[in-house]
Amino acid sequence: MSAAVLSGLHATEAHRFPVFRVRDLAGSSFKHEHLPAILDDGRQRGFFEVHAENYMGAGGPPHRALEAVRRDHPISLHGVCMSIGGPEPLDRTHLARFRALVERYEPALVSEHLAWSTHQTTYFNDLLPLPYTDATLGRVCDHVNQVQDAIRRPLLLENPSTYLSFSESTMAETEFIRRIAEHTGCGLLLDINNVFVSATNHRFSALEYLSNFPLDRVGEIHLAGHAEQTDDEGDLLLIDSHDGPVADPVWKLYELIIARSGPIPTLIEWDSNIPGWPVLRAEAAAAQAILDRYKRDARDAAA
Amino acid sequence: MLPLEPEIPSYAAFAAALVDATRATPPIVTGPPGKGAVKRYNVYRNNVTVSLVNALAAVYPAVQRITGDEFFRAMARFHIRATPPSSRLLFEYGRDFPAFIETYEYARGLPWLADVARIERAWLDAYHAADAEPLSAASLAATPPERLADAVFTAHPATRIVRSRFSAVTIFAANRNEAPVGQIDAGTPEDGLITRPDAEVIVRHLPEGGAVFLESLISGQSLGEAAALALRCSPSFDLAAGIAGMIQAGAFTTLSLGAA
Amino acid sequence: MKTIVSSLILASAVTTALATVAAANPLTKAEADAAVAAHKEKCFGVALKGQNDCAAGPGTTCQGTSTVDFQGNAWKFVQGGTCTSIQLPNGKTGSLKPV
Repeated sequence: MSAAVLSGLHATEAHRFPVFRVRDLAGSSFKHEHLPAILDDGRQRGFFEVHAENYMGAGGPPHRALEAVRRDHPISLHGVCMSIGGPEPLDRTHLARFRALVERYEPALVSEHLAWSTHQTTYFNDLLPLPYTDATLGRVCDHVNQVQDAIRRPLLLENPSTYLSFSESTMAETEFIRRIAEHTGCGLLLDINNVFVSATNHRFSALEYLSNFPLDRVGEIHLAGHAEQTDDEGDLLLIDSHDGPVADPVWKLYELIIARSGPIPTLIEWDSNIPGWPVLRAEAAAAQAILDRYKRDARDAAA
Repeated sequence: MLPLEPEIPSYAAFAAALVDATRATPPIVTGPPGKGAVKRYNVYRNNVTVSLVNALAAVYPAVQRITGDEFFRAMARFHIRATPPSSRLLFEYGRDFPAFIETYEYARGLPWLADVARIERAWLDAYHAADAEPLSAASLAATPPERLADAVFTAHPATRIVRSRFSAVTIFAANRNEAPVGQIDAGTPEDGLITRPDAEVIVRHLPEGGAVFLESLISGQSLGEAAALALRCSPSFDLAAGIAGMIQAGAFTTLSLGAA
Repeated sequence: MKTIVSSLILASAVTTALATVAAANPLTKAEADAAVAAHKEKCFGVALKGQNDCAAGPGTTCQGTSTVDFQGNAWKFVQGGTCTSIQLPNGKTGSLKPV
């Protein structure tokens, strides 16, 4: 879809906020408790990601905080409960709220998850896994198309971290994701920690997964920390906990991807046991250093 | 469109056991070859329940401080089983929690706890309410004295009133921070006014008759009617203080004069 | 019949109220603190309450405990809260019943 739609949007509509490029940037989750420190730092190179739902209230401090950050930085709007992977039609009210946020804050990046979280009238507040079949593929494609039609721009769809699989699945996750991207024209958000967590949990090779992943569609990368538990047999089971620094093997996979694909906007997610702003900022700076190194390498190679 | 039948049972089976720990692991899920899925599925169960308990703890910090963490988490878990969220927005969750607390048998020794929870819920509603400029003193001053009785006010979107048979405002205030809590007499009825005239949510303790006066105005009755009602209910009601208080609190946004 | 408060009384109350507001306006920090019986939380620098997140963090918090949180219907009674300092008129302090 949508290069034309996008450029049309940008050409005709007045912007409330500055337009920033994010192509070569690293960023971090935006947490309100960090706002005074972020504002003290002044305008920085980098972007901030927020969970869309936390700004779906009518007004008040959350919007003031996000406006304060958006004035000087690009933001990424990351939805966590659209339930795109669910069996039911998308919630129109929720879709309208999501669209309104895209219009209001003019995010550089807009993303959602390949997951579901609502069944009938219950919201489970978790990113639940889905079977990978032709039938679920069709439904997910319909949902992605509906979201893209609503927001009038491509969506980045994020690969999940999972702890189990469905017996009825008939295709690999990478094939499922590739076909969604082909059918809907959506972009992808590659969460490398999710790849590592799932690879460990399902005993597949993260490198092989990445080699099957349509990297040319990736518009954003997520990095995060994970925690260790054990499965029924006492073997390692990784939990996508976002509660600590990015693990070394995840950094290694990240560097491989950037070396192969060139700079891609990269976000450090940290949602629990949230550290002080300098710690999160340093984690984002580590990603930025890798992005800068490969940008420079690409320039050197071209020279 | 596409056949919906084949995999809907998968979602239903997966969903059914998430908040029901007595159900077995759904047979449709599996680990890698040779591995079980019990603990794997339990990760999702745990995420759902713990994240919702955490959400309630975030909305009701004073209740949690009053009861202690363990009691709170157990009470929250029972509530989640009975009333899981229907909204996807977690700041909307827990609207039924005060009523649940009122009926929760192990909290009967704390009959004022539900009202403290109501203030906390109102606090969060005020926090997320739409922004609006509060009514200025000048607007009131500009109203011709002979028309004051007909003045009708529009409530600010953040304005909430919580009435309690107990000292719920005092208990709330003492437990919404880290400071030590001294002896509190719970038995004095208190009414709270929650407003957010600008960026900060402010909880005030309303004087005698204040709640009746403001509730009457919020419901659209005129200043004359509200004053009469408040004085009838509480002869000691201080009308001037009530009017000053509502302006200072930013409880209203506009004033209009109904038909004379 | 509806209006038992005369226009005069109302006008006088409003005049007094406006004088009060003007005298107190703007409130100093100390005045504001004294004027309100309760409590404020600042706009900025406060963590959101009831956040939507996409992490599975809670799953890890139960490690090392005998009961993971989703199963528990039983729990140990701990007198950990502030409820014991809050008294009812009958002299009873707040107490939580163990399950």
